[in-house]
Amino acid sequence: MAEFAQYIINGLSQGGTYALIALGYTMVFGILQLINFAHGEVFMLGAFTGLYTSKYAGLAILGTFNRLLTGSAETASTGAAILTAIVIILVAMCVCAAVGFCVERLAYRPLRASPRINLLITAVGVSLFFQNAGQLLFGSDPKAFPDLFENLEPWTFGADENLIVINPLQVFVFITAITLMLILRHVIFHTRLGRAMRAVSFNHDLASLMGIPTNQIIAATFMMGSSLAGAAGVMVGMTYPKVEPLMGSLPGLKAFCAAVLGGIGNVTGAVLGSFILGLAEALLSGYGTPTYKDALAFTILILILLVKPSGLLGVNRTEKV
Amino acid sequence: MAPSGSNNEQSGQTGIMSLRWWIVGIGIVWLLNAWLPELISPYFFQIIVLAGINVILSVSLNLVNGFTGQFSMGHAGFMSVGGYLSAFITTSLVASHPELMNDPVAGVVIFAISLIMGGIAATAVGYIVGLPSLRLRGDYLAIVTLGFGEIIRVIFLNTNAVGGARGLSGITKFTTFGAVYTAALITVFCIWRVVHSAHGRILVSIREDEIASTAMGVNTTEGKVRAFAMGAFFAGVAGGLFAHYLTTLNPGTFDFNRSFEVIIMVVLGGMGSISGSVVAAIMLTVLKEALRPLQQLTGVDLRMVIYSLVLIIMMLARPKGIFGTSEICDLFREKLSRRGKHPDGGSA
Amino acid sequence: MFLKNIFISLTFAGAASASPLFADTIKIGEVGSMTGSEATFGVSTHEGIQLAIKEQNAKGGIKGKKVELISLDDQGKPEEAAIATTKLISQDKVTAILGEVSSSRSLAMAPIAQQNKIPMVSPSSTNPKVTEVGDYIFRVCFIDPFQGAVMAKFAAETLKVKKVAILRDVKSDYSVGLSDYFTAAFKKSGGEIVVDQSYSSGEVDFNSQLTSIRAKKPDAIFVPGYYTEVGLIAKQARKLGIKVPLMGGDGWDSDKLYEIGGKALNNTFFSNHYSKDDQAPAVQNFVKNYKSAYNRSPDGLAAMGYDAAVILFAAIEKTKTGTNAEIRAELAKIKEFQAVTGKITIDEKRNASKPAVVLEVKDGKFLYKSTVNP
Repeated sequence: MAEFAQYIINGLSQGGTYALIALGYTMVFGILQLINFAHGEVFMLGAFTGLYTSKYAGLAILGTFNRLLTGSAETASTGAAILTAIVIILVAMCVCAAVGFCVERLAYRPLRASPRINLLITAVGVSLFFQNAGQLLFGSDPKAFPDLFENLEPWTFGADENLIVINPLQVFVFITAITLMLILRHVIFHTRLGRAMRAVSFNHDLASLMGIPTNQIIAATFMMGSSLAGAAGVMVGMTYPKVEPLMGSLPGLKAFCAAVLGGIGNVTGAVLGSFILGLAEALLSGYGTPTYKDALAFTILILILLVKPSGLLGVNRTEKV
Repeated sequence: MAPSGSNNEQSGQTGIMSLRWWIVGIGIVWLLNAWLPELISPYFFQIIVLAGINVILSVSLNLVNGFTGQFSMGHAGFMSVGGYLSAFITTSLVASHPELMNDPVAGVVIFAISLIMGGIAATAVGYIVGLPSLRLRGDYLAIVTLGFGEIIRVIFLNTNAVGGARGLSGITKFTTFGAVYTAALITVFCIWRVVHSAHGRILVSIREDEIASTAMGVNTTEGKVRAFAMGAFFAGVAGGLFAHYLTTLNPGTFDFNRSFEVIIMVVLGGMGSISGSVVAAIMLTVLKEALRPLQQLTGVDLRMVIYSLVLIIMMLARPKGIFGTSEICDLFREKLSRRGKHPDGGSA
Repeated sequence: MFLKNIFISLTFAGAASASPLFADTIKIGEVGSMTGSEATFGVSTHEGIQLAIKEQNAKGGIKGKKVELISLDDQGKPEEAAIATTKLISQDKVTAILGEVSSSRSLAMAPIAQQNKIPMVSPSSTNPKVTEVGDYIFRVCFIDPFQGAVMAKFAAETLKVKKVAILRDVKSDYSVGLSDYFTAAFKKSGGEIVVDQSYSSGEVDFNSQLTSIRAKKPDAIFVPGYYTEVGLIAKQARKLGIKVPLMGGDGWDSDKLYEIGGKALNNTFFSNHYSKDDQAPAVQNFVKNYKSAYNRSPDGLAAMGYDAAVILFAAIEKTKTGTNAEIRAELAKIKEFQAVTGKITIDEKRNASKPAVVLEVKDGKFLYKSTVNP
């Protein structure tokens, strides 16, 4: 029983990581109907930004917060560590938003009128570019992410056979994913920006006829999506302290599968799909053959597309002539 | 727009596309097969052979991505199915009947059969992958084919009969220049004939407007699945040639980066241009080697960065690729007709 | 430039195996994965080889001739490795080839080297099949059966454990090979494999695999992967309350292991070629020079790259005229050669036979535990 509970915890925490990536994926897809293959690479850039920020400025920030909270720079406190983490995440989000803006402006916007296939190919090109440029820029060896939460002990329940372990960082990721989803939902359904985004997503031309600045809205969506990827990158870097230039491609694809599972373009669906995928992977690893784990996400994707292409929470859109 | 029309149809039967020219071509290939290794350095010879395999891959993918307008990203998967099956057939035959190796004719026959078997297996897989395309289009199809490619890779990774992660090695080196280019010529010929037939126009109509084409009574589903299966067949043959050239296979060789590579070739050459795919496949294979001095100069390998930039810039500056949807001979014909001559009679 | 190359090759085609000592320099080719998903291993090996070349040239080269390294990237793809090998042999006219890290690419290169009768020394391809390709193919690393047996013996005799769990990297031929031979050897010595779990390299979350291992209550876990994943695995295992020793192979040897895994790596053991604390001058000089050249300590792959190059130089040095056949013969005669990664003897199957050491990881240091002779 404890074993099963542990799988559920593992699955939810893994799902949280997917959810963070899938949120950005689903937003961009929702508005442009584009699989932004480069999203996984933006995630990687976020992780590297976080790595270098915490490496070069992390101690200074941590010291400042420690002084503010405890009066001494040396006394470590979990509160200060969390605040530092948030600062680092914000830095990464800003950098990734800038990257997302540039990618959209330089590579995707000029192609908006051309067939969607061209956009897709460009996205593949951008993704390959970041992967390979990243290897040259950062080096291809894996980097260790500085450990901010060194003193943080995992929460344990039960003992020996029935030990259940929860890593506070995993909880942090989980809560962030849910919070971001709620914020996004609010933005999309209860703000002017969100209304504009929905309008653009529904029909570009009609939206611009209604006086909506489509270009700005799309750019804003891209920046939001990319900053989410950046946040995801830092959080994954903190939880799994290993950062490398190719870390984005497979989680990116899996997160996309999760987004499709939940209903692409739907933020609640993205999070739901991610948790389902995370749980499925954890249970497969535990009770089945983990050697097929990489294939699981794609199998789910194919099945869902065959059975219910709109995803679990998606709405069917019929294509008109 | 596609250059579909009676003009092409005619040239398809009377011009360079008539069968006898291709038989002559295959004859030349086998003549070269005997002479070429003596003539040029093994390095260039090897590049030429790999370029030939890439030609098969890119032309066959063009049938799906270019002519039918279905974006497949799983070509490496089909290639691996063909490669593994044909390699498995020859290695187990050679292991159980080593005497066959002494007979060159038997070797060639076994190799040819194994290639075709590999192609058929890939076709079967292509048919299965093609089925989702009944319901999916565009980006969804792209990611599903990519997913299938990955699933196939994971399956090979877990199949101990073909070595799993340790790969299949000790494959006999059956692949020769002649074999590769014969297969390449046959591929180009078959696909040319298909796209310039009534079937081909069905495929092009699916690309141009699937809904309108359905409304016109075209069975788009059948067309798409056929395109998939045929593309997969030749990818499987290419995989077999690849396996028997490299003499070792590993599941990691067929990850989605290889599919991307073929896509780059198709896009660069022009989606819907067979000669474009041929030219781009050769160009990119050669370019990869031509850029090696740059690596020795700078100390870092910039090739993939350059490749990805080429892909992006190509999409921005000339999204239709080098040739667009026209063929090399179309360009000739255009030139001739501009001079006021009549374009008929297979000018090439 | 390219056309000129073609022209030159057209004129001089077929003159691939002339005696290299007539040239001013001795050209050594290297094929490695400098980019791609396995770039980190290729780059380390490349640095080790470069260091060896630099030192050899500082000593005056081989037989008074400078050694020139021509290294080509294969992006981690076997067909690129094959092309690069052909280029090195037919265009650059190298005397010998060093490479590749991974067995799958070495297997694509070896037939070409063998066909052209160019000696090839692989630094770290552990699959037994690599040197079976032909008599010109050598290696300086352990083969999987030996290393698997070493750790099985260590587990059974030193750690005295009965039940071992395996966590293998299903994507890596190295890890799969090592696991299989470990399983065979450990079962032979009366042990039991309670569970055989797996992951694929590139993953970061191993909690589920580890949970399932924890449920089987093994006395130790064998994780024959690379340092890129093992650090994370150790960390997550300890967080899950798994306190039993972890064991691994030479893929662990890197400073990155401790950078990523930290204190979680206490009570872990791995087999390696050498210990950095070994006072032998070969080891100490290598570690010192590598640190001053690249500003970090060498990992296992760098040491193997270095040794592959050094052994090759020693063989060339011993030849009379430096023909390929002579180099091959001298390589085969290498005996008790004091290299960084141990006293290497090339056996009749052209594999390196050398003792393995077992190291214990303790607070970031790799402490020497024991030596196992082949």
